Amino acid sequence: MSERRRPRIGVVTFPGSLDDRDAVRAVGFMGGDGVALWHAERDLHGVDAVILPGGFSYGDYLRCGAIARFAPIMDEVRAFAEAGGPVVGICNGFQILCEAGMLPGALIRNRQLRFVCRWVDVRVETSVSPLTDELVAGEVLRVPVKHGEGQFVASAPDLERIERDGLVVFRYCAPDGVTDEAHNPNGASNAIAGLRSEAGNVVGLMPHPEHAVDPDVGATGGQPMLASLLSSALARVSAA
Amino acid sequence: MSSSEPLHRRLGLTDDELETIRVTLGRDPNRDELAMFAVMWSEHCSYKSSKVHLRTLPTEGPSVLVGPGQDAGVVDVGDGIAAVFKLESHSHPSAVEPYQGAATGVGGIVRDIISMGARPVALLDPLRFGPLTDERNRWLFEGVVAGIGGYGNCIGVPTVGGEVQFAEPHTANPTVNVMCVGVAPVERLVTADREVHEGSLLVLFGAATGRDGIGGVSVLASRTLEEGADERRPSVQIGDPFAGKLLIEASLELVERGLLEGLQDLGGAGITCAVSESASRAGLGAELELDAVPLREPDLEAFEILTSESQERMLAIAHPDRLDDVRVVCARWGLSTAVIGRLVGGGALRVVSGGATIARVPVRSLADDGPEYARPMLVPSDAEDAIADDPTFATVTTETDEAFLAVLGSPNVASKRWVWEQYDSIVQGGTLLPPGADAALVRIEGTLKALALSTDGKGRFGALDPYLGAAHAVAEAARNVACTGATPLAVTNCLNFGNPERPEVMWQFAQSVRGMADACRAFDTPVTGGNVSFYNESGSSAIWPTPVIGMLGLLEDYRLAVRAGFIANGSWVYQLGETFAELGASEFADVVLGSMSGRPPALDLERERRLHALLVEGARSDVFESAHDCAEGGIAIALAECAIAGGIGFAVSLPGDQPAHVGLFSESASRAVVSVAPERATQLEDAAAAAGVPCSRLGETGGPRIVFDGLLEMSVDDVTAVYEDAIPKLLAG
Repeated sequence: MSERRRPRIGVVTFPGSLDDRDAVRAVGFMGGDGVALWHAERDLHGVDAVILPGGFSYGDYLRCGAIARFAPIMDEVRAFAEAGGPVVGICNGFQILCEAGMLPGALIRNRQLRFVCRWVDVRVETSVSPLTDELVAGEVLRVPVKHGEGQFVASAPDLERIERDGLVVFRYCAPDGVTDEAHNPNGASNAIAGLRSEAGNVVGLMPHPEHAVDPDVGATGGQPMLASLLSSALARVSAA
Repeated sequence: MSSSEPLHRRLGLTDDELETIRVTLGRDPNRDELAMFAVMWSEHCSYKSSKVHLRTLPTEGPSVLVGPGQDAGVVDVGDGIAAVFKLESHSHPSAVEPYQGAATGVGGIVRDIISMGARPVALLDPLRFGPLTDERNRWLFEGVVAGIGGYGNCIGVPTVGGEVQFAEPHTANPTVNVMCVGVAPVERLVTADREVHEGSLLVLFGAATGRDGIGGVSVLASRTLEEGADERRPSVQIGDPFAGKLLIEASLELVERGLLEGLQDLGGAGITCAVSESASRAGLGAELELDAVPLREPDLEAFEILTSESQERMLAIAHPDRLDDVRVVCARWGLSTAVIGRLVGGGALRVVSGGATIARVPVRSLADDGPEYARPMLVPSDAEDAIADDPTFATVTTETDEAFLAVLGSPNVASKRWVWEQYDSIVQGGTLLPPGADAALVRIEGTLKALALSTDGKGRFGALDPYLGAAHAVAEAARNVACTGATPLAVTNCLNFGNPERPEVMWQFAQSVRGMADACRAFDTPVTGGNVSFYNESGSSAIWPTPVIGMLGLLEDYRLAVRAGFIANGSWVYQLGETFAELGASEFADVVLGSMSGRPPALDLERERRLHALLVEGARSDVFESAHDCAEGGIAIALAECAIAGGIGFAVSLPGDQPAHVGLFSESASRAVVSVAPERATQLEDAAAAAGVPCSRLGETGGPRIVFDGLLEMSVDDVTAVYEDAIPKLLAG
């Protein structure tokens, strides 16, 4: 009897990555195999999907993600994405994807000029992304954010294109799914919490799904996101 | 200070201390040697005024693996796992430069934990400031909180708790304490009893050495802050959390791979302290090659290299055969390494620069044989009067509603959400009870165990009765831990006081240590270490005697953790313990009566211990739906907090026939409020009777309102708004 292979999800550790071990643990919790990847290597070790985790890569003393985009492994991640591989950037990982030009826009200092760590609700806007392909637009998930620079901004034409092409994956919202300023933790344009590439296989988000899988610790809004990622990764393997 | 003063005095040494140095060396010390003695014999490093008192603390117990004297205390939590913890002050630097002062406080305490070979898993920050109505206090408060977040959030260690208090004496002297907790397999601990060999190398790794923090321990931490303190900014170190994070990972990898004989952080007194303490512990001497120390700027003088407190540096002691491996690990994390010397026989520290010996002193004289003073003590002349004037029997004209809102909205009582939302409290994925709970609860990875952590200080109580203030701090910290269901195990502490050269301050200190010792003995929670912060005064204004207790408890099965918030309608609400007419030094007396006098609540340590046992046993048998400590603001605030946390109201009537303000706001010790499902009520009452803890049913949970029958009634929403908005409103100016 042939055993279905567990999806292998690579998690890149940059110097200053903080949530890398947590992402590996969360992937394991959801039934996948987390594979630690090292920033200085040019090898993805054959993983089925890549997570760029949260943290402060290289200290983020310049701009968040501005140095990490030049790490040797990012060439491999870019090639993997261009070949259609699922790539997820969480928090600092989202910032890196924007700096690397793999996602539009940028993440700047929170509107209130303070770091914010709190549980928020996000509304799923599209099922076309590796984090949402098992979800339906309109669903609301509870996940935590923790960042000082999470205010998503983009030029007017970019923002228009993002909305027109349906690239928004998650928006901050009230528990009932309504978006309003009171539930936008950082002043993000159009309450954007997460975003995908035009091709749909690269997604970045400020909230931390890896911190929302274990019911003993808190809400579990990250479970369906990571379940989607695992199935996206497997689908790619079966297609290959 | 006048430059015509002799050098030793400018460095903070007394004439007598200079004479002792002369006798030890058999000659006059040179300038560099004097600088080394000045930092090592500073109050901050040598505990010269405090150690005669600290010796009276209980320090041993079945679970204590490492007691006072090393970088941090260590407790055995079973299954081969050790918990490492320490609390430290960074008040003086924070008073001068709040952001960097607080940030480097975090960095320093984290290095204390990693130097024991443990991975840091939690940070807690007990903070005290002057009233937020003052603009400068707001600047200090905002800067300190941002600094703690700025460092802690970047190193991947969750900040899970602490406390924030406000009182006038902290206007000139904010109190910034930081606690770090780590976890390690017992066999991997880097303790002083490791075998260290003659000829082993001193390997400095991490950041280069610069001119920051020269004389931090002597000039800044061991003197009062007078006018012109801003000029001491160069004595404040600058933090680099990114380098701090790399140091954590590199240090732990070195330890995990078994490459080290010893590991020491560089904090106060810099290289001098790290090298002399390492050598002294090993019973050896050391040769230190100053030219090998990587410098941030080229023209540092020898005494600057010896005493610089540049951050993010560690000292490894490694056998020469292991040097290449050590270098590979550090390089992988982007850290530079430098062999700056080696351990030698003979017990002397020889410092070489430019090929010449520039200093030669016995390591023991620096590290262990510092001065020790039994300083004179005097009961303050106003102590009796302050206690005699007790507000418990004052005439109260304020309406009960108004008094309740005043106490609830007092920044000491109100929600500290504005503070802890700026801290990453969830990284590492183990935070079961985040900031705002009675105690933080952090799961030990791969087990069902969790560490319960609480920090508590009782400034107002201590000001009126330092013995009671200290004992109450221990009691409250243990009670907070027990409310989650965890067993209190051991204590670390930070003793924040004024100038020890004043006999009144020394009396307060001795009383506080006695109170802490008695309480720790009663609860079987030995003291595993800590820190003394003296000289927290400016002019004639000293802070209140404020011992801050860091309590570590253990919950064997975190699935049985108890939270403070009500979880169901129709549950029965009980008070465990008794309410007496005790409003002295209470939040009510301060906020409503404007009184800072009277007798703090009595504390019966045996009653307190019985309450802890009942809370732990109740959690273990899963009786409680909720449990919450009853402290500042009395039972009115305790129950309101249960309602706010759970979003569920209650209706209760208070027992006895005390006046409304006494029943609601008295701060009698040894109390908790719990809720249970009605069908478990008998079980609770039986358990309380067996434990010898008074237990009275007050009423029921449920509905959108909080109701104290005949006394007070408000909606949970209104109460929540006052509680949550108080501090943001004050900060808006």
